[in-house]
Amino acid sequence: MIKINNLSKTFNTPYGNIEVLKDINLEIEKGDIFGIIGFSGAGKSTLVRCMNRLEEPDSGKIFIGNKEITALGKKELRDARKKIGMIFQQFNLFDSRTVFDNISFSLEVAGYKKEKIKKRVDEILELVELEDKRNAYPLQLSGGQKQRVGIARALANNPDVLLSDEATSALDPQTTYSILELLKNINKKLNLTIVLITHELDVLRYSSNNMAVLEQGRIVERGATESLFLNPKSDTAKRFISITNDFQKARGWSGGDII
Amino acid sequence: MSNDLVDMLSKATVETLYMVGLTTLIGLLIGFPLGVLLVVSDKGNIISLPKLNKVLGSIINVIRSLPEIILIIILLPLARIIVGTTLGTNAAIVSLSIGSAPFLARIIENSLKEVTHGKIEAALAVGASPFQIIAKVLIPEALPSLVRGITIGIISIVGFTAIAGAIGAGGLGSTAIRFGYQRFRTDILFATVVVLVILVQLLQFTGDHIAKFINKKRYKIE
Repeated sequence: MIKINNLSKTFNTPYGNIEVLKDINLEIEKGDIFGIIGFSGAGKSTLVRCMNRLEEPDSGKIFIGNKEITALGKKELRDARKKIGMIFQQFNLFDSRTVFDNISFSLEVAGYKKEKIKKRVDEILELVELEDKRNAYPLQLSGGQKQRVGIARALANNPDVLLSDEATSALDPQTTYSILELLKNINKKLNLTIVLITHELDVLRYSSNNMAVLEQGRIVERGATESLFLNPKSDTAKRFISITNDFQKARGWSGGDII
Repeated sequence: MSNDLVDMLSKATVETLYMVGLTTLIGLLIGFPLGVLLVVSDKGNIISLPKLNKVLGSIINVIRSLPEIILIIILLPLARIIVGTTLGTNAAIVSLSIGSAPFLARIIENSLKEVTHGKIEAALAVGASPFQIIAKVLIPEALPSLVRGITIGIISIVGFTAIAGAIGAGGLGSTAIRFGYQRFRTDILFATVVVLVILVQLLQFTGDHIAKFINKKRYKIE
């Protein structure tokens, strides 16, 4: 479904050039939930933002479905983006629009007729379990509800792929769990390919089938999530696992409460 | 207060309102698109044209650095071309509109820049075109701030029209200068000031309430 060949990206900053992505090669199967994990600054956000070209890669190719994303002109890119959903850490909802109108935005942009928009938004509101919030404004919602609207907006136009840029990083553990549950559900129901970027190992352990570990712009390890957990090879993966375990131990020592 | 004074003041007030109204309208017709263009043509924004952005910004800065009274005088020949005279309210409106447009453009730019880049990215990510982003995201998201900014703009234009009174534009400014100042009628001077104060208060009150109303709708807890 997604294929990335020799992708590189450098940021030119006043402090010098920073190579954020170095020769990334990656393949993601249709219907997969694919996790990409890395510490801050590893380049994971840039990688996922290259997939819909919110960030322009310097070199390399990205294919989604049978389209070469990196070869598209402006207009074609806009059309391709209509079939690539994206959700964000800060939700990025439109405060001027109700929940209903936030979701309908994707459909308005795609040129749907009013009747059809209403029908589709109703469907999607049911999918994300927000029927009772249709007329609320984003500022009246909790973080979890906001992300549900974000997901609904991303899914309204039936995309083939959903890109998640740290979508649960601003949420508490319980809400994170319910959002991941929702993503897993959608993945199953719609056979939707999901790419999850995160710095929380638990997120991937719970939701992804396959994953890659990113370190300083390189993929240092990849494989099935389960086997990677049982037998991590890269230092970064080992560090992630040991840090997560330490936290669990720390929680155990304090009797399960947060001190 | 004599009847004459009341007549004179009400005529002057109507003239001022007429000038402020039309100047705001024409000023916004020019300034609003300019303000939008300043935002979207910025480097890395949705219609990234850094060179045009710099040129536009510089022109606006030059116009804005001229004192208002001088700007009005410089633009008088243009008034002659457009309305056929350099005297009176309509001539002043030409100068005032063009003089206030760059100022309004900066106000609009400031308000639109408050919209976080994340919202624009969310719109880009679903395939919205630059025009769709301007109309459906930038302007609606910035609306309360735009209303507040335009209120500031209108109040500045009230002051601007009063200055135009010095070159015979009519309105409260003319009355204050010709009668109040040049003929030593302190009562008239004082009366025009009172009317101006009331006018500005009313404008600010209205602007604040519209902005509050929009925000209230968005924040309302159900």
